Amino acid sequence: MWTDFFQPEDFVAIVPHLELTIFACGILLLDFLLDARYKFVSAITALLGVAFSGFQIWRLHDRTMLAFRGTDGGGLIVVDSFFIYFSFIFLLATALVILMSIRYLEIEKENEGEYYSLILFATVGMMLLAGGIDLITLFIGLELMAISFYLLTGFLRRDRRSNEAAIKYFLLGVFSSGILAYGFSLLYGISGSTNIYRIAEAVRQRGPDDPIVFLATITIAAALFFKVAAVPFHQWAPDVYEGAPTPITAYISVASKAASFALLLRLFLIPLGPVRTNWEDILAVVAVATMVIGNLAALNQDNIKRLLAYSSIGHVGYMLLGLVAGNETGRTGIAVYIFVYAMMTLGAFAVVTGMRRSNLIGDRIEDMRGLFFKNPVPATLMIIFLLSLTGIPPTGGFVAKYFIFLALIQTGHYYLAIIAALYVAVALYYYFRIVVAMFMDKPREPGKMELAPGLVATLAITVVLTLASGIYPEPLIRFAQFSMIPFR
Amino acid sequence: MNQNYLSSYVPILIYFLLAMGVAGAIMLLSWLIGPRKPTPTKLSPYECGMLPTGDAREPFSVKFYLVAILFILFDVEAMFLIVWAVVLRQLGMYGFIIMSIFLFLLMVGFVYEWKKGVLDWAPRQSRRG
Repeated sequence: MWTDFFQPEDFVAIVPHLELTIFACGILLLDFLLDARYKFVSAITALLGVAFSGFQIWRLHDRTMLAFRGTDGGGLIVVDSFFIYFSFIFLLATALVILMSIRYLEIEKENEGEYYSLILFATVGMMLLAGGIDLITLFIGLELMAISFYLLTGFLRRDRRSNEAAIKYFLLGVFSSGILAYGFSLLYGISGSTNIYRIAEAVRQRGPDDPIVFLATITIAAALFFKVAAVPFHQWAPDVYEGAPTPITAYISVASKAASFALLLRLFLIPLGPVRTNWEDILAVVAVATMVIGNLAALNQDNIKRLLAYSSIGHVGYMLLGLVAGNETGRTGIAVYIFVYAMMTLGAFAVVTGMRRSNLIGDRIEDMRGLFFKNPVPATLMIIFLLSLTGIPPTGGFVAKYFIFLALIQTGHYYLAIIAALYVAVALYYYFRIVVAMFMDKPREPGKMELAPGLVATLAITVVLTLASGIYPEPLIRFAQFSMIPFR
Repeated sequence: MNQNYLSSYVPILIYFLLAMGVAGAIMLLSWLIGPRKPTPTKLSPYECGMLPTGDAREPFSVKFYLVAILFILFDVEAMFLIVWAVVLRQLGMYGFIIMSIFLFLLMVGFVYEWKKGVLDWAPRQSRRG
C-alpha cells in the first residue's frame, strides 16, 4: 500500500519545497518570541531557509526525477533542468528581496515576521509552478504564489494606495485564475487525465481544428497573459506596482513574472505544443501589442514605480517574441532574458527602495533630482541598471535582447525584429528621463539616502550579475541552454 | 473520448430545461390565478415573524469574518478527517503520516491565530485590531 502512493525518492524531490515550508512556519511562530527591536532575526531565518533550499537544489542539479508517480505512473512533480534553472532564479530573487526589505519595513513600521513567512510561501508556490507537470499541482502552486502576493501587496495596512492595490490585484487575479481553471477543465475533459504529457497526446489526436482544443487554448492563453501582464491584460500592473511596498513591487515584477513564464512555457510547449498553429499568431499579436503599449505608456509617467511597471510590460513583449520565434535560440533567449531581467529590475527597485526615508516616499522622478551630487554610488549603479534595461552593451540586457533578435531573424520574422529594435529607442528615452533628473538637475532638498547593509548587499550582487552576464555571458548561456533540455 | 462527447450532456440539458419550466410554470400560474389581498404585514420582508426594524445592511465587526474563516478552516479539517478515518486500516502507516503532516500544518495556523488574539472576543484582550 505504501509504495502505491509514495516512494522514498519522492521525498528527495520535494526536500527544497519542504525546507522552505518548515522555515516559513517557523518564522510565523518565532515572530511571537521576538522583541520589536529584533525583528530582523526573522529576515535572517528566512535567508537561512532560502540558503538551505538552494543547497538542496544544487545537490539535485545533475538528476532527473519524476516524483509522485502514483498508481498510473504519470507523476506530479519533475526535477529537471528547467526546474533547477528557474528555482535558482526564484531563490536568488527571494534572497535579494529579503535583504532589501529589512530597513524598508522598519521605516514603514511594519516589520512583522508574517512578511518573510509569506515571501517563503510564495517561493514554494513558484517552485511548484516550475516543477509541476500535473494541472492540479500547477494550479495549487499558482494559487499559493498568488494568494501570498495579494497579502504582501496590502502589507502596508495604514497606506490607502497599498490597500487599493491589494484589492485590485486580488479581484483581477482571482478572475484570471478562474479562467485558467476553466481552460484546465476543458483539457481534462478531452484527455481524461491531469498529466500534461497525456493531455499533449490527446490534444495531438484531436488536432488544431477541434473547437474544444481551440477554446482551451484561448482561455489558458488569456489567463497566462494576465499573469505575466501582457497587453490587453496588463491594466492591473501599474496600479499594483505603485501601491505595493517597493521590495514587493520588485518581487512581483521579477519572481512572479518568472514563475508565470515558467508556467507559460510548460503549458504552451507541452500540452498545447501540438496545436502551435492555434496560438502562434495570437502570441505574435499580443507580443507586439505588449511591446508597443508598454513602451509608449511609460513615456509620460512621473512615478518611477509606474514607469518601471510599464517598462516591465514592455519586457514581457520581448520575452514573448522568443516564444513566437519558437526555435532553440528563442527558448534559450527567454531563459537568459528572465535571469538578466530579474537582476537589473531588482537592482533598479533596490535604488528606489533606498530612496524611502522617514519623511520621503521617494517614488517620483522628481525625488531623484540631483541624486548624483548627494549619493554618487547609487546614482551610478542606477545608470548601469537603466542601460541594461534598455539593452546597451556591455550589460546583460544586451545579451538577452541579442538572443531574442537572433531567434527572430533565424526563423524569418524580420518585421517583428525591426519593430522590437525600434522600441529599444523609445525605451532609451524614458529610462534616460530618470538619468537626466539624477545628473542634470539640482537637488531639491538636502536629505541624503542612507544605505542599509542589506541594501548594499542587494545592489552589489545585482550590479555584479548584470555586468557579468553582459561581459562574460558564456556560463549563463550554457545554463540557459541546459534549462531548455526538456523541451527539445 | 468519442467525438460526440457533448451529446452525453444532452439529458442534463433537458433536465435543466424541464426544471426551469416546471418552476416557471408554478410561479406563473400562482401569479395568474391566485387571489391577492395585500396587507402591509404581508408585503413586508419576512424576519422570523417579527416586524422588521431598519436596514439589514449595516456595518458590523470584522471579527465575524475571522470567525467565519476559522470555521471553514476547521470544517474542512473535519471533512478530511472523516474520509481518512473510514479508510484508515487500508491506508496504514502512510495515511497516518500524511494526516499527521496535515494536522501539524493546521496546528501551526491554530497556534498563530491564538497568539495573534483572534480568539479573544473582547477588544481589550486583542493585541491588534
